[in-house]
This record gives sequence, C-alpha cells and structure tokens, in this order.
Amino acid sequence: MRVRTLAVGLLVGGLALTGCGKSGSPGDAGSPPPQQDVATDVKVDGSPTFDRIKGRGKVIIGVKEDQPGLGFKDPTTGKYSGFDIEIANLVAAKLGFKPEQIEYKAVASAGREAAIANGNVDYYVGTYTINDKRKEQIAFAGPYFTAGQDLLVRKDNTDITGPETLKGKKVCSVTGSTPIQKVRNDKLTDQIVELQTYSQCVTQLDQKQIDAVTTDDAILKGYAAQEKDKFKVVGKTFSKEPYGIGLPKTDKAFKDKVTSILQTALDDGTWQKTYDNTLGKSGSPATKPTLDKS
Amino acid sequence: MSASALFDLPGPKARMRYRLYAVIGTLLIAGAIAFVIYKFIDAGQFDGELWAWIEYEKIQTDLLAALGKTLTAFAASAVLSLLFGAIFAAGRLSDHAIFRVPSMIIVELFRAIPAVIMMFMFHYGIQLGDPFNSVVAALTLYNGSVLAEVFRAGILSLPRGQSEAAYAVGMRKTQVMVLVLLPQALRAMLPAIISQLVVVLKDTALGFLITYEELLYYARNLGGVAQFGRPLIPVTIVVAAMYITMCLLLAWLANYLSKRERKSKKHISTDDGPLPNKPVIMDSTANPAPSL
Amino acid sequence: MNVLLDNSQYFVNGFLNTIKLFLISGVLCLILGTILAMMRVSPVPIFRAFGTAYVTIVRNTPLTLVFFFFAFAFPLLDIVGELREYYFFAAVTALTFYTSAFVCEVVRAGINTVPLGQIEASRALGLTFGQALSSVVLPQATRSVVPPMVSTMVALLKNTTIAAGFSVAEAGAIRDILSERGYSAMIGLLWVALFFIILVIPMTLLQRSLEKRWSVAR
Repeated sequence: MRVRTLAVGLLVGGLALTGCGKSGSPGDAGSPPPQQDVATDVKVDGSPTFDRIKGRGKVIIGVKEDQPGLGFKDPTTGKYSGFDIEIANLVAAKLGFKPEQIEYKAVASAGREAAIANGNVDYYVGTYTINDKRKEQIAFAGPYFTAGQDLLVRKDNTDITGPETLKGKKVCSVTGSTPIQKVRNDKLTDQIVELQTYSQCVTQLDQKQIDAVTTDDAILKGYAAQEKDKFKVVGKTFSKEPYGIGLPKTDKAFKDKVTSILQTALDDGTWQKTYDNTLGKSGSPATKPTLDKS
Repeated sequence: MSASALFDLPGPKARMRYRLYAVIGTLLIAGAIAFVIYKFIDAGQFDGELWAWIEYEKIQTDLLAALGKTLTAFAASAVLSLLFGAIFAAGRLSDHAIFRVPSMIIVELFRAIPAVIMMFMFHYGIQLGDPFNSVVAALTLYNGSVLAEVFRAGILSLPRGQSEAAYAVGMRKTQVMVLVLLPQALRAMLPAIISQLVVVLKDTALGFLITYEELLYYARNLGGVAQFGRPLIPVTIVVAAMYITMCLLLAWLANYLSKRERKSKKHISTDDGPLPNKPVIMDSTANPAPSL
Repeated sequence: MNVLLDNSQYFVNGFLNTIKLFLISGVLCLILGTILAMMRVSPVPIFRAFGTAYVTIVRNTPLTLVFFFFAFAFPLLDIVGELREYYFFAAVTALTFYTSAFVCEVVRAGINTVPLGQIEASRALGLTFGQALSSVVLPQATRSVVPPMVSTMVALLKNTTIAAGFSVAEAGAIRDILSERGYSAMIGLLWVALFFIILVIPMTLLQRSLEKRWSVAR
C-alpha cells in the first residue's frame, strides 16, 4: 500500500515536472552560426554516395555529441554546435542541402569506420585523425584542421608548461586513447588517470583531483572556450593530428567534391570565420591546413 | 521474532539505559546526516543553478528515454535469463550424463566469470555491434546460470512424494517435470527469482561501461555539462532515487506475490506440507540472492 | 599464449590490484556488516531503523552507481583530503559500502537460525544483550553464516572488476592496456576469465562442502 502511494506520488510528481518543462537553452546562446549559402543544381557525376543522398532527400552526417566547441549536442535543446558541425554544415550546403535536410547521428570513436563503411552515415566529421590504418577501411577528405596533443590545466596553474613538466603530476585522458599511450610510452608521468570520456576528465580537473587533461588541442580548446575563467590550454603541442572528413572508401568522385568544397572555404575566408566563431573563442589562433589532394 | 527473544522486556533501569542509547544514537546518526548535508550545501550542491537542468523539457524526455533503455535491457535480459535458467536447470537434472555434465559446466563457468568481463568479451572481443546486444547477452548468461541453480534447488526441495506419486500414476519424466515439479518449484522459488531479477535490473547499469546509453550513462553526460555547473551530485541523487524506486517496486511485487501465494495455498491444500524442507529452501536461495 | 607472456607484467599487476581491492574491502565490509547486523537486532529502535534503512537503500542501488558517486561526486564534498591513490580509495569505499549491506543480511539471517532456547538460556543466566550476542549467538551463528558469506565474498571478488571503469588498474582494465598495445582483446579477456574461474571455483567448492558438512551436523 505504502509502495503504491509512493509510486503514484512519483508519477504525479513526474507529470507535474513535465507540465512545467522549460524549453530553450540557459545562458547566452552566443552569436548565431554563420548561415551558409545553399548551392543549387549540384551535380557529382559517378558518385553513388551523392546519388544515395539525393534519392533520400536528406543527408545523414556522423558527428560527436560530447565535445563542446567541436561537436556538442545541447542537452536542453538537442541542437548540435561546434567547429566540426559547422564544417559538416558547410559541406552539406555546398552539396545543395538546406539545413532542414540535415540529420546528425552521434557516433562514438570506436564505431566510426563501421558506420561509414556500412553506409549508416554519408560522411563523418568529428575529431577524426587521418592515419594509414583507418585509410584501409575508409577514405578521408582534408585535413580540414591540424590538431596536436596538448594539455589543459586550471587557469591558475603555472608549473605545467609543456609535456616535460608533467613529472609527478596526475594526468587524465580517455581509456585506450592515443594520447594516453603517448604519455605511457614516453614516460611523461607515472600518475595516469584513465576515464571514459574527456568530459569526466575535465570535471576531475575542475575538482582538483587531477592536474592536467591531455588530448588533441582542438578538443581541449573546446573546453577552454566553454569555461574561459576556469581552464586554459598550455599551447605546446607534442604531436600532429590532421583531422579529416571520413568518407566511403571507393567513392573518388565524392571525395574530390568534398575536397574542392573545403579548398573554397579555406580560400574565401569561410574557414577562418567558422573557426573564430567556435574554437577561436578559446583565444588561441589556428593555422590553416593544407589539403591533401591525392 | 527472535529479535525480541534476544533481549528481555526492559525493566525501568534498562529502559532508562535504552533511552540514553537512543538519544546518543539519534544524535550520532542525525549528526552524521547533518554533516553530509552540510557538506553538500557547503560544496554548493543544493544551489538552485545546479538543479536547473531538471526543469528543461528536453532533459526530462531524454532522461525518460534513458530510463526506457534501462528497462528495455532489463526486460530482454530477464526473459532470456529465465528461459536460459529453465533450460539449464532441466539439463542439470537430466538422467543423461550427456546433458547433465555440459549443463553443469556451463552453469558453473558463467557463474564464476564477472559479468563485466563477459560484457567486455561480447562487446570488444566478439563485437556484437550495438552495446545493447552485449549487455543483454552478458546479463542473460550470468543471471540465467544463477537462476538455473535457483530452479534446481527449488525442484530438489520439493517433497519426494510429489514425484513418486506422479510416477505412480504413470507419468513420464518430462511430464513429471513440466506438470508437477516445475509449477510447484516456481512458486516456492518466486521470492528468490524476483530478487535475482532485481540483480538484473541493477546490473543493466554495467552497460554504462561499454557505452550503452542507459540511465547511468545519461547521468554521466548530464553530470559533466558545464552550462549547469556540472551537477554531478544532484544528478546522482535523482538517478539513485529512480533505481531504488524501481527495485523496491520489484521487491514489493515479490512480497505481494508470496503473500498471495501463502493465502491461496490455505484454500487449495492444507496438508501439502513442504514445510520441513523450508530451511533448505532458505539456505539455497540465500546464496545466489546476494550476488552482485 | 603470447598474449599472456608478452603482457605478463600487466596481468600480474592487474590481478594483484584485484586481490588487494578484494582483501581490503572484504575485511572492512565484514566489520561494517557485522556492526550493521547487530544494529538491526538491537533493542534500541533508532539503531534498528538505521540498519534497515541502510540495507534497503544500498541493496537496491546498482553498484556502478555507488562507484560513480564515490569516484566522481564524493570528492566535491571535500571530506577526505588529497590522496595520491584517490581512485583506489574510492573503489574500496564503494565496494565496502555496498557489500556490507549484504554481509549484514547474511549475519542477521544467521542469528535467526540460532535456536530460541539458546538465547533464552543465556538471558536466564543474566547475560546482557551484548554478552548474549557475542558469546552465545554469534559463535553459533557462524555455522550458518559462513557458507552464504563465502558466496557474498565471491560476489565481491567479481564486483571488483567494475573498478576498471573508474581508473583503477585491476584485472578488468587489462583489456584496455592490451588493445592499446595492439593485442587481441578477446584472448586477453579469455585469460582474465580463466583466472577468475581459478580464483572463484575453489571458493565455491569450499562453500558447498561447508554447507553440506554443517547442515548435516545441525
């Protein structure tokens, strides 16, 4: 009897909560992202991927959902934002698709190759480092950004200035990731904390349980841009991680089209504007990448 | 019952002493709780902004969706492990060594391997794709094996007269099992079965470790959102309340069913008497129940 | 075999950590669980209520959530200072916190199996509650407590693997290291599973034989 009352109480409470649900996002939404001009009459001859998108009438893009500044899904609105998302939108616009024809699909790092190869997504934009092992399964357009392993520390920290100053410090990264391997192999510190996501690492950094978070500077800049008064990126990269757009392996025509879209964006200043609007907010400048046109 | 047998009805002196203990105890416990709450407040965990997330419609629906995923994994694993348990209990009770020995080995093995390791094997080793599959597979194997033991203990605990009488009326082994023993064993074992289902429900939270997007996974993401000031503790409190409520509902269901069971037994048969075996039942169920 | 030999140091380290976690939290939760059980049968209502509340809440919370709380949320409360091995400490705390509720129930069930006459006799001799419990009831309860307690400890041993998700490098975390180093995750996991079987099966056999021997003696 008591339990039933409790259950009903909870149900009523839940309904009441839903009744007064707020929508929209807290705080400042920031400046609206730049609107891309949607191209018309786009043709990509001999591209099965493009034909598939055209036939479907919408484009499905694989993205990350938990990296602020890069690919982030706002939990209150369900909207995606970030540098990677803007690049993804730019490509979609230049392929001739309006914003309402875009569908995002969050794919975690481990499932990326499979999602592209199986055609679950048309292309993937999300901190995707170009390397030879991955090229065996998929193709890359880009790099559209060159990241490098860096360190995120608390704003007031002064003694961590680069990888060589990490001795005896607690350093956090994601379990099984390339950055943690580097820390272990180069013996940068013996106190490694491995958690499942970068957000967890950043939370621990905020709570002073650890001294630094290490991974690609782009990811770290995203966190720094989000909370400028709390964190800063050290700014001494010690590896090179070229980010590419993941594409189906055999579709050369589609790859060339995406590459040319990126080249135009780099040339006409769209790329710079996109960067300034997202990762640039962290205060660190970026250098334009050089596309690999092979 | 025996709790009261442990001490006398307190006399005036003892009553005074108990009262003193009660006061000290209350103070200690209240003090400890107050200290924790003070620490919560001190850390700003009860500030309005850390609880603001709960007002957003999108978050409410997403939270419910995550709850739905927990419940889906629970339902699938519960049904499958009941099936698995029934099959392997039958296997272990079989007269043929070809069935008995492999069933025994399988049940013992899957009870010995941690569910987390099994989940890793399915997800990273065999790569079943969607984490949901790995969660359900691991929970089914582990809890199914435990349930197989529960079923077997239930059948063994029935009075021998039951099966002897069934054989005497000319039933075959399968008939005896399915028509006579299994229904009674299920009834006798209901509390143990349900408490194992509580374990299934709790263990769906392990899916968090292999990125199954269930309640705890969503809680982790929400707890790291900077725009709400990383509301880790509020989110933990809410999610814990949800889990505890679900498990208590299941436990309540177990109580309700066993109560109804006891009542209905009085109606149907009075001298069925599996009572002498009761302690045995209690022992064998006490073992699997507290696992995990 | 190569997977095991090439990475033997990780396997050894992992299982050493697992056993360390198991032993420390095992001892702690036996102590805490027994105290809770005594509270649950004590004549002072507030202690009984506290014991019951603790057991009900903890037994119905997923262990992963308990880990989550101690690893990530608890530091915010700033109750313990900075620890070098904070995550290990968090894992021990979570395992102890959780398992002691089960230990408590096992002990309480054991107390209930002691014949009423024993308790009445000790009361007739004028023993107090504490004396009756510690010198008459608990020693006799041991017999019915040990077998299920062994199962609880087996569960604890297996539960230590959850710590892998919370930055404790125990047996459950071996897979991460292997996949980083480019070895097959499956074979590594099979070895881990095998070691767990080797650890668990003797405990299960012990429990069975104790159960059989003592249930006959009673």
